[in-house]
Amino acid sequence: MTMASIARRGAANLLPALMIGICAFVVFGPLTNLFMWAFAEKWFFPARYPTEYGFDFWQRVFRPRAGAWTSLFSSVWIALATVALSMALAVPAGYALARLALPARAFIMLIFLLPQAFPSLPIFVNIARMFYGFGLNGTYLGVVLVHSLPGLVYAVWIATAAFGAVDRTMEEAARNLGAGPLRTFRDITLPQAFPGLIAASIFVFLDSIDEFTGTFFVGTPDISTLPILMFNASMGGNYQIASITALVLLVPSIGFMLVIERFLKADVLSRIGR
Amino acid sequence: MPTADATPSPLRGKLPGLLLIAPALLAIALLYVVPLARSVIFAFLDQDGGLTTAHLRTAIELYGRDIVFTVLVALASLALISVVSIAIAGYLTLGATPWAVTALRWLYRWPLFIPFIVAGQTARSFLARNGLMNSLLIDSGLMDQATAQSLLDWRGLVLTFAWKQVPFVTLLLAGAMASVDRSTVEAARNMGAGRLRCLIEILLPQVRGTLLVGLILSLVTIMSVLSVPMMVIAGNPTMMTSMMAHRVTYYGDYAVANALGLFSYLITAVAAYAYLRMTLNQHNEGAR
Repeated sequence: MTMASIARRGAANLLPALMIGICAFVVFGPLTNLFMWAFAEKWFFPARYPTEYGFDFWQRVFRPRAGAWTSLFSSVWIALATVALSMALAVPAGYALARLALPARAFIMLIFLLPQAFPSLPIFVNIARMFYGFGLNGTYLGVVLVHSLPGLVYAVWIATAAFGAVDRTMEEAARNLGAGPLRTFRDITLPQAFPGLIAASIFVFLDSIDEFTGTFFVGTPDISTLPILMFNASMGGNYQIASITALVLLVPSIGFMLVIERFLKADVLSRIGR
Repeated sequence: MPTADATPSPLRGKLPGLLLIAPALLAIALLYVVPLARSVIFAFLDQDGGLTTAHLRTAIELYGRDIVFTVLVALASLALISVVSIAIAGYLTLGATPWAVTALRWLYRWPLFIPFIVAGQTARSFLARNGLMNSLLIDSGLMDQATAQSLLDWRGLVLTFAWKQVPFVTLLLAGAMASVDRSTVEAARNMGAGRLRCLIEILLPQVRGTLLVGLILSLVTIMSVLSVPMMVIAGNPTMMTSMMAHRVTYYGDYAVANALGLFSYLITAVAAYAYLRMTLNQHNEGAR
């Protein structure tokens, strides 16, 4: 290779390299800052970078009986209960929407789309007001119910798509061989729809773990989830604790997103919203 | 098949489906339809149960600036989101440097997986006057220390919303662009058209619908997120979401909060209406 062609190739790669560099800065710059705050022992104004690094704040956040553990357990329990409730409602609904004759099916689908089509904050405000009347504010049940609204919407969409993608000829074969409808559903339909339903559960779980607005109106001050803990720490100027909580919150999001492609297949994905 | 003589009554065939979907519909009714109706109704009711527009007038009087601010921030965010996602999706589709396309495809998705509340916290520390962004720019000699300023105002909001929403819109756009017929692009390339021209004149018109859907969903998100404005902006004017929360938590004034909510519905409804008209026009043009 001659010098001239090397130089030409270098020049052709220079612009893309610059672009990727800028993108990396924009994407990872803020995240790097989060990491620095999480491990910064001392970082006061004139210093542009932390003057001391360490795990001091991690010990403070995770010492026994600290508020972080309570918030972490609340968050996980609320998310699991939200998944259970949303999926219990969404699996039958998704099966009916995908497979059974329904009056005004398009209208029903529209109802399950609406919550994503308009701003949700006024809805949460009014749910909080209604729950106040029922004594549900500040209870786990109230928070689970308010998390189930977005959860149910995602779950119904994905469950409908998952049941829609099931191969019907296998069901018919099973019925022809003498299997009853329930056995056909258990042995043929459910296993095929299962990855899609797992994907739906993952979405509901993540949405609940990260949910802030609904918990803010319905749960506080009695119930503290990780997002609420993070918000309070940040507003109180305690960036170390806020950043550590933020990193904990990132673990399920990024972890689940790495595995979700295994569960959400293209044939299901292309059916969402139909 | 003997279907004609064995037709059951229309409702009987639909009963199993209705029974299966009834619990989910009931939940949506209680958790969405009722609060939605209440949010609209209580914006117009006075204390004695009569109709009034007083709450709407109070909302405009006290929070008119915040409403205008919200609309401007939303428009600026959507403009930035459009430009950046078109550029990224275009590069992913037409880019000539394979390693850069692969790197970009890996890079651009990250913020999608990061919760809004975490994005709010990162923005709060990254964009501050002595935040990491300014520190890095000063140390690399691109900026003078004296000109460093905090971006924690409308600019911080626009940047944070765009940071979170660009991957989502890009994901939709890149998918749509990948399914566009390549032969027209190849033909234009052979005729000597540059990549940028191919993107703007051939690819973009064919994925306009997808772009609009992505932007409308982003608008709904921008109008719904509470954590980001509360964490990025201190003081006035701020986003309507922040003001609604303020009205409820400090004054227990649900009526004015609901009136503000009505304005946020209106803003998204206008966007949805514009989208519907545009797609209808497209259909009519296609029919002609």
